[in-house]
Amino acid sequence: MTRSDLIRRIAEANPHLYLRDVEKIVATVFEELTKALERGDRVELRGFGAFSIRGRSARTGRNPRTGEEVDVPDKRVPYFKTGKELRERLNVGTE
Amino acid sequence: MADRTVTRAHLAEAVFQEVGLSRSESAALVDEVLDRVSDALVTDGTVKISSFGTFAVRQKGERLGRNPKTGEEVPILPRRVLVFRPSQVLKARLNGEDPPGEAEGEA
Repeated sequence: MTRSDLIRRIAEANPHLYLRDVEKIVATVFEELTKALERGDRVELRGFGAFSIRGRSARTGRNPRTGEEVDVPDKRVPYFKTGKELRERLNVGTE
Repeated sequence: MADRTVTRAHLAEAVFQEVGLSRSESAALVDEVLDRVSDALVTDGTVKISSFGTFAVRQKGERLGRNPKTGEEVPILPRRVLVFRPSQVLKARLNGEDPPGEAEGEA
């Protein structure tokens, strides 16, 4: 499923909403998640999962094509931990 | 600045401010977005949100683990796990860099 499939499914289930409002709702949800992570906040969506930021230290990498050494600066990467309910739904019948 | 926890209620408030639906309908729609993503992961295993990232289900095989308290070996059963891969756009934004061109197929 892509972002546009998600918008279409929600629009179909909510015929009273304008498509542009559904687009805005989906955009707002993912934009708020992004802004929270930019601030360094944690995001906890019960039943779905939690996003947090983890740091990666600076390191010396190598250009795989030329073999040349390059400095890779510190960076922040998002981390997602699946929520209990979704994890269980992914594994129904395998207990 | 940091170390706050953002919840469904914050997302609902943002939808309320941005879209102008009622507070209760905004909250219901935030839940619906997350439920649709969950349903798609359970049924087709991949959800790709352009400029945010991709959620994908991976099948893990059985392996032997150990109870860290007792040292006892226990089998870890085969299971399905969810992984999130951030898009180039999200990675750039978290590091204060210019986002790459937002191609539609990118995630």
